[in-house]
Amino acid sequence: MSSTPVEVAPLPVSQSRTRSSWAGPTTAVGRANERLGWMLVLPSVLVVIGVALYPLFETFRLSFTNTRLGSVREPRYVGFENYRDLLSDDLYINAFRNTVVFTIASVSLEVIFGMVVALVVHTAFTGRGLVRTSMLVPWAIPTVVSALLWDWMFHPTFGAINSVLIRLNLMDARDTFSWTASTATALGVVVAIDVWKTIPFMALLLLAGLQVIPGDVYEASYVDGATKLQQFWQITLPLLRPALLVALIFRTLDAFRIFDMIYVLKGYSTETMSLAVFIQQKIVSLQRLGEGSAAAVILFFAIFVLVIIYTRLIRVEEQ
Amino acid sequence: MRYSNYPNPNPINELAKAAAHGRISRREVMKRGTALGLSSALMASILKLESTGAQGTPASGQPVGYSIVAPANVRTDLAGQRINVVGPATGPGEPFYEAVVAAFVEATGIETNFIRGAESATDRLSFYLQVFSAQATDIDACEIDVIWPGIMNPHAIDLKEAFDSQGVEYFERIASNNTVDDKLVGIPFFTDAGLLYYRTDLLEKYTLQPPTTWTELQEMATTIMEGEGAANPSFTGFVWQGAAYEGLTCNGLEWQFSNNGGSIIEEDGSVSVNNENAIAMFEMAKGWVGTISPQGVTDFMEEDGRGIWQGGNAAFMRQWPGAYALGQAADSVIKDKFDVSPLPKGDAEGAQNADTLGGWQMMVSTYSEAQEAAIEWAKFATSREIQKSQAIERALLPTIGELYQDADVLAANPFFERLFDVFNGGAVARPSTASADLYNDVSTAYFTTLNSILSGSADDPAAAVEELAGQLEDIMSEL
Repeated sequence: MSSTPVEVAPLPVSQSRTRSSWAGPTTAVGRANERLGWMLVLPSVLVVIGVALYPLFETFRLSFTNTRLGSVREPRYVGFENYRDLLSDDLYINAFRNTVVFTIASVSLEVIFGMVVALVVHTAFTGRGLVRTSMLVPWAIPTVVSALLWDWMFHPTFGAINSVLIRLNLMDARDTFSWTASTATALGVVVAIDVWKTIPFMALLLLAGLQVIPGDVYEASYVDGATKLQQFWQITLPLLRPALLVALIFRTLDAFRIFDMIYVLKGYSTETMSLAVFIQQKIVSLQRLGEGSAAAVILFFAIFVLVIIYTRLIRVEEQ
Repeated sequence: MRYSNYPNPNPINELAKAAAHGRISRREVMKRGTALGLSSALMASILKLESTGAQGTPASGQPVGYSIVAPANVRTDLAGQRINVVGPATGPGEPFYEAVVAAFVEATGIETNFIRGAESATDRLSFYLQVFSAQATDIDACEIDVIWPGIMNPHAIDLKEAFDSQGVEYFERIASNNTVDDKLVGIPFFTDAGLLYYRTDLLEKYTLQPPTTWTELQEMATTIMEGEGAANPSFTGFVWQGAAYEGLTCNGLEWQFSNNGGSIIEEDGSVSVNNENAIAMFEMAKGWVGTISPQGVTDFMEEDGRGIWQGGNAAFMRQWPGAYALGQAADSVIKDKFDVSPLPKGDAEGAQNADTLGGWQMMVSTYSEAQEAAIEWAKFATSREIQKSQAIERALLPTIGELYQDADVLAANPFFERLFDVFNGGAVARPSTASADLYNDVSTAYFTTLNSILSGSADDPAAAVEELAGQLEDIMSEL
């Protein structure tokens, strides 16, 4: 999937025109060049087949069987049974819903806050270098560590968050609230931690986009009397759209596959279970390779659809 | 942490100093702390200063592993071989296990690497199966849970010969539990049974007797919480294991069995979980969450609740026997202030006490390249000598009957004698025999449903249990 953003680079028009009339090399030198070309790409093709296509094919194959890991039971072909089972499995539907809610909530918050941070660090002020470096800290902390860290911060009795609320008299010390255990807030906590962790990444991508916008455009609009707000909506945002779309692709795909933070924070609890946690439970904990693979195949297609939508948006952008 | 000698006018520092030096009582700390308007978090850390005055010394004041005596007749001809053994998680069990490994290395010369297992038994099983499914040689010997012999059978060697050569009488019930198709999958290492821990000082203060039914427990927990809550806002009534993992299956089985609600799947393979008595108990337990138990209990594993209990912040706890030794440690604030009993029973007709059978066995991997050395480790760890020392220092229940009459063992754990019948055959088994190698599927379906009932994400317990019964029928039909 990671190769997708590379594909979006459009071919120069002249080249695609010559290619349509290209019918293969006609000279000996041309044929030798073609052979050399093939030999040069062969290693990468083999690597892609070995680490991407083969596992993908194997997952497809397993999803039509009832294979179990480390079991004495003989695996057999079961057709679409695994898929039918999944669609009638409340746990799976619930995991799908959680994943969609998580993805929409976290990515949109990350875009908003990431944009704010990017705009702030894009302006010139003293200590900007220090701020740009230190804002990366949440992103640099391993997810498992930040999940545990926030788990403690949200701890009902000893956590910093409740402690502050109690001191502000917003909470009764004898009746504290457990943010991670309550079904109403558990998924919200997961979103909040992910947003905290990923704002730097989003801000960095957007900052890169901001830096390539030429300054004279702003000067011209200033001369024409545009306000700051008009500059943002009419200049910054349209010119930032390619960078924004790339950032959105990265984040949406990442969010859709969220596993580590949820697993550390809540394990297999249903209220936060994502598709990846569901798949991990099926394959690793229950050794049901068949059903797990079927769920993984569906996740693959879901992500595939997202990629197509985004690449379409970028193509439209470039025309 | 160091404290300077010159006078410090800050009252919080004064309080912390007094607590750390043991000059004032815990109650006094909380009284003065409340008067100063300290947060519960700060107060907890001050109280921790008080409790760590003597750093982590066991009850006897002896170093960890002081009671270990290496068994006689160990093989020394395997010296220089290397084995990897998987033991307890990082936590209270670790230092003692390290000492046992060190004693083994010294006695046999076998280079032994102790790998820490996951705290959650569910995660531990996943790890083992990943390694063993790949037929990897990385694990030579490991601890397995009492419910796993059926699952581990394909990956384990037969330890019958080693077992017979130990020359001691192991508990018959556990030995037969560990035997699959005439093959001994693991040698009994220690056994476990869920117990009720209660604070004797608090029951006395409120003139109560240890609860015999869940309803009584609920009432007492409420009373004590109301009384203690004024001085200690973080005080809670009852802690147990409610996270979505194997531990919740143990708790849930105790609730329903103790209310004459069956054992999820009966010995003949029939699914019995969908009955009124079981559902009534699940509803009762759901009512505990956020009242007599912290709301976060639905995320608790063993150590989460024990932390609260050990800090003196809970009146009751459902826990394995191992917490007894930790509570009686010299630096424990609840030392000599608690006792254990079988868990309470329900109010339904025919209700009886139920304590889930737990415990761990030592198995040797069939993929091991140093099987002889691994067998030697399994024999060493499960020997009478190590089990005795383990009982004294860690309060882990021996699987050898005669140790329950041993004076040293009883001196450390007076309750062993009183609860012997529970430990030897009286505990309730999880349905691992009926569900064989699909036990983990059964347990996962059970604890997932129970966790969503407790946390409230499944709002109708009866409907959730009915659905669970359907899932269990499906799993059992795969057998």
